Amino acid sequence: MYDISTLFAQLLNGLSYASTLFLVASGLALIFGVSKIVNFAHGSFYMLGAYVALTITSAMPSTSWGFWGGVLLSALIVGLIGCLIEMTVLRRIYSAPEVFQILVTFGLVLVFQNLIYEFWGPDEVLAPRVPGLKGAASIFGERIPQYSLALIFVGPIFLGLLWWLTHRTRWGRLIRAATQDREMVASLGVNQKTLFTVVFFLGTFLAGLAGALQIPKESANLQMDINIVVEAFVIVVIGGMGSILGAFLAAVLVGVINAFGVLFFPQAVSVLIFIVMVLVLIFRPNGLMGGRIIPQRPGDLSIDQPFRLPSKRMKLATLIVIAVLMLLPMVASSYLEVVMSEVFILAIFAGSLHFLLSVGGIVSFGHAAYFGLGSYAAALVATRLGLPMGVGILAAILSGAAGGLLFGWFCTRLKGVYLAMLTLAFAQILFTLSIQMVSFTGGDNGIVGLSRPAWLNSHTGYYYLSLLAVTVSTWLMRRALYSPFGFAFRAGRDSAPRSAAIGMNVARIQWAAFIVSGAFAGLAGALMAYHRGSVFPNDFGVSTTVDALVMVLVGGVQSISGPLIGAFAYHIVAVELIRNLADYWRLILGLFIIAFVLGMPQGIVGAFMHRFGKGEK
Amino acid sequence: MTIPLLEVTGLNAAYGQAQILFDMNLQVRPNEVVAIMGRNGAGKSTTFKALMGHLKNRSGSVKLRGESIEKLPVYQIARRGLGFVPEDRRIFSDLTVLENLDLGRQPPREGAAEWTVETLLDVFPNLAAMPNRPGSDMSGGEQQMLTIARTLMGNPYLVLLDEPSEGVAPVIVERLAKLILELKAKGLTILLSEQNLSFAAALADRAYVLDRGHIVFEGTMAELSANEAVCRAYLTM
Amino acid sequence: MSTLAVNSISKSFFAVKAVQDVSFTVGPGEIVALIGPNGAGKSTCFNMLNGQLRADSGSVVFDGYDITREKPNQIWRRGVGRTFQIAQTFGSMTVRENVQMVLHSVHDRLSGLWTPLVRSYRAEADALLGAVGMQDQAERACCFLAYGDVKRLELAMALANRPKLLLMDEPTAGMAPKERNSLMRLTASLVRERGLSVLFTEHSVDVVFEHADVVVVMSRGKLIAKGKPLEIRDNPLVQEVYLGTGAFLESSEIAQ
Repeated sequence: MYDISTLFAQLLNGLSYASTLFLVASGLALIFGVSKIVNFAHGSFYMLGAYVALTITSAMPSTSWGFWGGVLLSALIVGLIGCLIEMTVLRRIYSAPEVFQILVTFGLVLVFQNLIYEFWGPDEVLAPRVPGLKGAASIFGERIPQYSLALIFVGPIFLGLLWWLTHRTRWGRLIRAATQDREMVASLGVNQKTLFTVVFFLGTFLAGLAGALQIPKESANLQMDINIVVEAFVIVVIGGMGSILGAFLAAVLVGVINAFGVLFFPQAVSVLIFIVMVLVLIFRPNGLMGGRIIPQRPGDLSIDQPFRLPSKRMKLATLIVIAVLMLLPMVASSYLEVVMSEVFILAIFAGSLHFLLSVGGIVSFGHAAYFGLGSYAAALVATRLGLPMGVGILAAILSGAAGGLLFGWFCTRLKGVYLAMLTLAFAQILFTLSIQMVSFTGGDNGIVGLSRPAWLNSHTGYYYLSLLAVTVSTWLMRRALYSPFGFAFRAGRDSAPRSAAIGMNVARIQWAAFIVSGAFAGLAGALMAYHRGSVFPNDFGVSTTVDALVMVLVGGVQSISGPLIGAFAYHIVAVELIRNLADYWRLILGLFIIAFVLGMPQGIVGAFMHRFGKGEK
Repeated sequence: MTIPLLEVTGLNAAYGQAQILFDMNLQVRPNEVVAIMGRNGAGKSTTFKALMGHLKNRSGSVKLRGESIEKLPVYQIARRGLGFVPEDRRIFSDLTVLENLDLGRQPPREGAAEWTVETLLDVFPNLAAMPNRPGSDMSGGEQQMLTIARTLMGNPYLVLLDEPSEGVAPVIVERLAKLILELKAKGLTILLSEQNLSFAAALADRAYVLDRGHIVFEGTMAELSANEAVCRAYLTM
Repeated sequence: MSTLAVNSISKSFFAVKAVQDVSFTVGPGEIVALIGPNGAGKSTCFNMLNGQLRADSGSVVFDGYDITREKPNQIWRRGVGRTFQIAQTFGSMTVRENVQMVLHSVHDRLSGLWTPLVRSYRAEADALLGAVGMQDQAERACCFLAYGDVKRLELAMALANRPKLLLMDEPTAGMAPKERNSLMRLTASLVRERGLSVLFTEHSVDVVFEHADVVVVMSRGKLIAKGKPLEIRDNPLVQEVYLGTGAFLESSEIAQ
């Protein structure tokens, strides 16, 4: 076991990291408070801060003034870039439904990743040690870098500064007032636009500062954006959304748990933090310091038009489409068969997300969790146990459902952005586990060597299996959507008070929906695993979730056939783009997401209906 | 004849596709209290939101002291001296009474009454008794008073008062009426929206009656009270 | 026997005594109004009756059953319907589907995954819509209704489990005087036809005096008066804390 001096040293390390976490999380909380935007790109500003600081501090004289001046300058530059982003992009989506805001900020994540890759390259970079703090202090015989000790003080200093700003200055009180009611603040003669821009500057400045301060400790790399933003979300959820002090306490908690977790459970640190978050949420659903529940904006994602049962003509059209798809292999190349099989599988995945998002208004930003559970379950059953494909698919459906059972239980206690953050955190934990538990999951290399039965080995065979799967899944999901259960799920979103007043248990119905959705996502994961013959950690990754979200978005959030059309349109384009422009793929996708949300938020089907539909006015 | 403090000509406003206000003309002269009457959904609150710039989808001309304000953003309109008290008592519940008042502060304006925290607390003795109480711990009536006082901190030429008597106990309504008359006596100009005829009659000099976005009557308050046909058709019962 | 008997209930939040020792009854077929200034404890009281809050002491007896410790959905199943201050309906469904949704819950068939909801309880839903005069709009999307119609739809939804008692929270809030009276007249006729009792809170003093059989007045958490509307109007204590001089009451016969 470890002796007391090691433990103490780890405590100090944890506190040092807590400062970094606090800077990022407080910036996130400030921006969310005023603009109500969940800024997924917040981690990108942190990453940008790190890279910019690498360049600037190496250009500055290597004195301690040079280093600290460079750090501050880097944070300022990041803050200014933040301002620019706010003025050009985010300002346009303040009144959009939250799923669109999340997608736009994720579009920014992709753009930043691609640009940073372009400017600084793919390699990890470590900064030289900090002039003046190069040494290590000896505490109880353990040597701790002086720089880490210095960082411990940064968190409390900024906590004090932020408290002073928000409670003792008129400008800070304006921020608090705007957090509650921006319209009223404008009616009192305050320029909201400036206020928002300045708050965004402050928030991204803090993120950039945290990133810049991190470079002497940790090498800058292209994964640091998602890692930190997920941790910041966890902190904000633990601390309570409205509270800077809560963010500080939660940052200390997470920082310290991180530090000790590395000693005792090196493979499962993220699980430890997750357990803490769950415990906090069970006993204090609004977080440690969050006394108030932030009211939801009305009208988020509301489906104004009721879902009508399909007409005879619609049914006929559907049958014709299925018939055409059945005949397609006669004329299509095997390449097209492969692509179309993927379209069908992804349509199942997108459909499962659409069920939660469009019917129940639940923004599942970690939907990849169920997809990955399905693909890994299939792969493990096939390669470790050597069982046939049918068993693998069954195991995948059950795993996806079990994921929905476990995560849904927590998620249905939360609402809106909290829920989105929590679902992302769950997916990220599985992602991390799939990388860290090398002996079980194969780590970064994933699991390869899934084989299909002989009769499914041809592309045509698999095409028909996928077509069958998507047809049956879509049909079942539609039955569910029109059934009393589907209506009850929708009722819970439309009016929670009325649902409760008619004896419905809204949380339980949502929970059941998580399970149903998880099962279908698991099925999609398994089909994809057998299609590729392999599974990778990225099945759990944010980009997998985003793919599904974009498909639903492209098809149209409010239309029942959205996921199918979206999967088709998106996947065909994506395949072509990846083939031809692999290096700029993320940049193009990011810009596409941003442009699409700003330009055609109702999606393809929505735009079509809007133009030709007869809906009631 | 003095130039109107507020002159609205041909105001149209819409929420999305649905037009709410049609070609509205109205004037408010200095030191007048003018009431906009009409049922729910007649367009009273929409009028205020359109004047204040909260409703972007609008056309027509709005002049405050002869200066066009219809193209300005909300905060600029507020800075020109138009004060707005919305109907649902929107105080900042996190902040204390004094902090709420402070956020309403704007520089003094030539030709408008000048208010300070001290002079306001004289007029609102119940607020003076609780300077450091957070907004969340105040009763509905107290919050209503604080919203009015906070707007006055901006030293406005004209205050838009949206349905002050709605959802307030009758005793508080009486206190409010007394207060509004007191403010009028101090030279304030008020445009008020109201459903309650007797309340409006006690306060206003003139009235406009709105029905489905159209002005269907304008005249002095006495003329309105005497006009039984209009009252019956567009107001109570 | 009274339909609802409230026996000296109290409720505190930390140090604040929101409701203290309040008792009253609602008899069969009676329309009772609960009024008082903001913060008098009406909502707290109301929420103890529908099960959202639990009384610290005292009891609530409905139809002979002690419901003090029951949860909202148990109370609803015993036959207590409710409407909300801001009408709560399901905006993304048609008018009929709204009622069918409630009927599915009444018959405990919400977990069905197969038969489309629109196929079941259609006639019952139409009958309820007929009772509130909404049958012509059954196919319309709820989100396009006028507010007065949303209120009527909500009433139909509240009637779906054949309640003996209807709790209405500020039923006429946000409505014009004309609509107010038509909604309250509809309520009164439902009370007669279906043998309902109604307890409602209300800010519009005119509605209270015109439609209530009995008025209960609260102030600062305590019950300060109960009785017939005319007695309440002339009660000096009620005038002092709530009614004032009556100068701004809307209907003239009461102001006089």
